[in-house]
Amino acid sequence: MKNPLWQKAVVNGLLIAGAFITLFPLLWMLSVSFMQRGEASTFPPPLLPAHATLANYHELFERAGMGRYLFNSLLIAAATTVLSLLFNLAAGYAFAKLRFAGRERVFQTLLGALVIPAQVAMIPLFLIMKWLGLVNSYGGVIVPALAGVFGIFLVRQYARSIPDDLLEAARIDGAGELRIFATIVLPLLKPIVVTLAIFTFLASWNDFMWPLIVLSDQAWQTAPVALAGLSREHVQDNELMMAGSVVTIIPVLLLFLVLQRHYIQGLLLGSVKG
Amino acid sequence: MTERRAAWLFAAPALTVIGAFFFVPVLAAFALSLTDFDLYSLADLHNLRFVGLGNYIDILQTPLFWKSLLNTFYFVGVGVPLSIAASLGAALLLDSKLARFKGFFRTALFAPVVTTVVAVAVIWRYLLHTRYGLINYTLAHFGIAPIDWLGDPHWSMPAIILFAVWKNFGYNMIILLAALQSIPADLYEAARIDGANFAQQFRHITLPMLRPALLLVSIITVSGYFQLFAEPYVMTRGDPLQSTVSVLYFMYEEGFTWWSLGRASAIAFLLFALILGVTSALLRLGRRGGIA
Repeated sequence: MKNPLWQKAVVNGLLIAGAFITLFPLLWMLSVSFMQRGEASTFPPPLLPAHATLANYHELFERAGMGRYLFNSLLIAAATTVLSLLFNLAAGYAFAKLRFAGRERVFQTLLGALVIPAQVAMIPLFLIMKWLGLVNSYGGVIVPALAGVFGIFLVRQYARSIPDDLLEAARIDGAGELRIFATIVLPLLKPIVVTLAIFTFLASWNDFMWPLIVLSDQAWQTAPVALAGLSREHVQDNELMMAGSVVTIIPVLLLFLVLQRHYIQGLLLGSVKG
Repeated sequence: MTERRAAWLFAAPALTVIGAFFFVPVLAAFALSLTDFDLYSLADLHNLRFVGLGNYIDILQTPLFWKSLLNTFYFVGVGVPLSIAASLGAALLLDSKLARFKGFFRTALFAPVVTTVVAVAVIWRYLLHTRYGLINYTLAHFGIAPIDWLGDPHWSMPAIILFAVWKNFGYNMIILLAALQSIPADLYEAARIDGANFAQQFRHITLPMLRPALLLVSIITVSGYFQLFAEPYVMTRGDPLQSTVSVLYFMYEEGFTWWSLGRASAIAFLLFALILGVTSALLRLGRRGGIA
């Protein structure tokens, strides 16, 4: 009597339809990127290339300089991830476990800052970067991202579960605070390190507005910024642009697929408890 | 080293970065919004003049600002309910006992969230192409005449909304799915014994239990959607007929195309006030409803 077949069919049918809608544009992008120049601009729109070719990728890397942009993206995202992890882990641990005057007040102020959209800071930030000589350099993107309220919050939430007795015992044994952090705290924080690392890397790779502002010189541009520029120039070159989208999306999509459990966990930690 | 000194040592680097590159710029933005900072001041600070609320008054008298405000409200007003409805629908499906291959479907539905907005906007620009786009091709099978999605001012914003829903619904889906999974099963059990059908269970159990999660995703989504920028930048450049100029796009153009950094700062503050006003109204509304 329970769960007739048609109900099962409706639920699973809708899921298949949903997955088709989310995945189709991505699969189509991959297919068009292997088509001959102009092939996608025919009617009816072809789904698969008649003669698959790598010509678009050749042109993308040899003429449009995509290799350089991907390298810039990779370098910026990797440096931002490693350095901001260091800053956020230390601060998150301090706010969770170390007693100091004004701790709660400072932390509340940080949380309050979350309501301010990042764009409010962008104009003076541009002037500061100009003054520091960091416009059109990797530093222009990396330096402002060295620490973030979200990251500190995430680490603090997680670090609160570390038992005080453990730290106290280490202190009695004569271990210094730095040593306690490196040998006891960091290993315990490992799960949140992975989560925060993938979050930061993806956010940095996908970021658009700030890199667009601070990296106007092509030599320093990240893949998304360069892609936006290319797409304004090459409106008609479907196949070339799709190849550009493929190489921009694939790295983050693969990273997500490998580490998705950690990513989803971070998403829930950050939003449900926030 | 005492615990207190260690604490400051650990917290200081992060606090310095956030202070110097966020709090200071936010305060500076307010100061800047009261000046006529432009290309001449950029070259020589002596050209800088204090203009009080002049920028704000000026902007409130600029037709393009009101147009961008209207466009942004259109995007938020239609896009947020649609996004949350899609998220809720997908979460309900994934939570259903009847669903198979849940892991695969969850990953597939979530995938657009982690993609690069610029890159997928490029894809959608071609999917939405009037003559060769697959969307018009599909619609033609249902007898619908080709729509000039990105070239017709009536359709440009709906097209961007459609794209944004596709890109973003997976995020809230995960949050709502977690909330659904935390609803105790005996509530449904009791309702079934009382003879409640699916619609009644949804109305009287699922929705009330999801209230806090729905309020949370509404606030996250509203404040995110007010910051519309990359989509019009890549897909339409604010056109046709400025129908997709968002407040942030307007700010970017004022600031980094025309270098009116004073005016752009004022726009940023107006947007901030707007987001704060709308989200706190939502919060109050949600809390009041919670007691009733």
